[in-house]
Amino acid sequence: MNIIVCVKQVPDTTVVKIDPVKGTLIREGVPSIMNPDDKGGLELALRLKDQFGANVTVISMGPPQADVMLREALAMGADRAILLSDRKFAGADTLATSYALSGLCRVLDYDLIIAGRQAIDGDTAQVGPELAEHLDLPQITYVADAKVLDNGHLQVDKENEDGIQVLEVEGKCLLTVLASAFDARYMSVSGIMEAYDKEVEVWSADKIDVEEGKLGLAGSPTKVFKSFPKAMKAPGEVHEVTPEEAVELIVNQLKVKHII
Amino acid sequence: MDKKDYKNVFVFAEQREGVIQPVALELLGKARDLADALGEKVVAMLLGEGIKDQAQMLIEFGADEVIVVDAPELKDFLSEQYSQAVGQIILDRKPSIVLYGATTIGRDLAPRIASRLKTGLTADCTKLDIEPDKDGEPEFRMTRPAFGGNLMATIICPNNRPQMSTVRPGVMQKMQRQAGREGIVTEFAPKFDASKFKVKLVKTIKADKTVADISEAKILVSGGRGVHDKEGFDKLQALADVLGGQVASSRAMVDNGVMPHECQVGQTGKTVRPNLYMACGISGAIQHLAGMEESDFIIAINKDKFAPIFSVADLGIVGDLHKIVPMLTERIKKELEK
Repeated sequence: MNIIVCVKQVPDTTVVKIDPVKGTLIREGVPSIMNPDDKGGLELALRLKDQFGANVTVISMGPPQADVMLREALAMGADRAILLSDRKFAGADTLATSYALSGLCRVLDYDLIIAGRQAIDGDTAQVGPELAEHLDLPQITYVADAKVLDNGHLQVDKENEDGIQVLEVEGKCLLTVLASAFDARYMSVSGIMEAYDKEVEVWSADKIDVEEGKLGLAGSPTKVFKSFPKAMKAPGEVHEVTPEEAVELIVNQLKVKHII
Repeated sequence: MDKKDYKNVFVFAEQREGVIQPVALELLGKARDLADALGEKVVAMLLGEGIKDQAQMLIEFGADEVIVVDAPELKDFLSEQYSQAVGQIILDRKPSIVLYGATTIGRDLAPRIASRLKTGLTADCTKLDIEPDKDGEPEFRMTRPAFGGNLMATIICPNNRPQMSTVRPGVMQKMQRQAGREGIVTEFAPKFDASKFKVKLVKTIKADKTVADISEAKILVSGGRGVHDKEGFDKLQALADVLGGQVASSRAMVDNGVMPHECQVGQTGKTVRPNLYMACGISGAIQHLAGMEESDFIIAINKDKFAPIFSVADLGIVGDLHKIVPMLTERIKKELEK
């Protein structure tokens, strides 16, 4: 079985801060990490490899620095890593990103594509399904578990608001995976040693099966009109008082608001 | 493509097991504002099996027309079946805008459609407006949180149609229901290509719904790290009981297993806007604030006077919730007995 895993390098948004004066993101000192849902997707691929034997290729699109993350993926147990890096991809929205990735997938052999549900910087959850459509593959999103049945079909648990749908899929497909369902393994010492003998392949746009006009900014239907820090509402009063006084203040306000 | 050919604001009216979801009505409310600003109509797409009798409700919540697709293929949500039906409606009817709920269904379906029709999609919007562009033409602007809620971004889709977005549940306001409001019901029969139906539903396992949905609650008593443990949450539950509300939680207390995920408020949990939100022992990480700051009235109790939660609280109390909450519960009981 040949498995492609899509991964993205993201800033750790739990530690991102906003410059209160300029209203821009302070990126300095913010660590770059492998997107958590993607790491869950890699873990699923590696579990399938452990059980059934598989060839796992991790792919990513991004700046050359993303090779650090791909090395981590190799050290976790991936067999091959390809980074799509080219100025022609710059400014891509989810449609143009998924299109570029589809051009890479088309020149690789695969039986299964796994992506994370969403990236913590964009939170769109769109690249996976858009990629599936470009490749005319069935998709299953919000995957909490997956196993290979005796007939070779894949059985997948998909999480939703009401519980779980158990789905069966025949043939090639694309899954988007929840990090919470697959606790990722650590890099092993031998894995780290091996990773440094492996190469992270860096590919430009001319190595993949795409029309150039559909890449990057030109291929992106959506544009950022503006971005701005979130407006905070004016804070109310803060009181440092005894518990008795606190209870009085709260009860008074609840009465004013007709809650009691 | 001529943009002028594309008209009307379409809403994907999500139903699950035949029940129209609240987000569908919220979207109709917003679609009504947008359509009125554009001088266009609101059209709901209602897909499922045996769901036609629900169309009138969508009209009473703001739809001018409901397109019903009633087919056995659409009994349960499956990506390909729904994508074929919705894709064909859009190709046939050419809407200018299409809105979906940012639910597990909407976020599965909408990107599939966007990629099929090669158009733009903006995820998880919290604000939608029509504003004049530089030529004075009406422009659809979609605003959403990015970078884990640290930044807001306004997105436009200037050259492709339809312009599509998924919208976060619990954010838009539904219209007051107008009983007897009139509209058109149209039936649509898609041409299904069953050879593409590669995913089969084996079974559905329902989660134990002993926990009521916090996004529907009018009063929430919510706890964070400062609550410490299950016993701490019992104090919050007692207060919620006298107020007729429910207990919610920050992410920290879900991650450490004290509270179930259904109770989690915030960026990776639920968005809530109750009449009263009492934040007890919650410091107020930006991801938490993103899920509750639209609440009508916010009371925060925290030991740390510099906690960010106080920046969104209408009434802030610096103090020990373990003392204040039980006293408050007793006091409110007495007030209610008067």
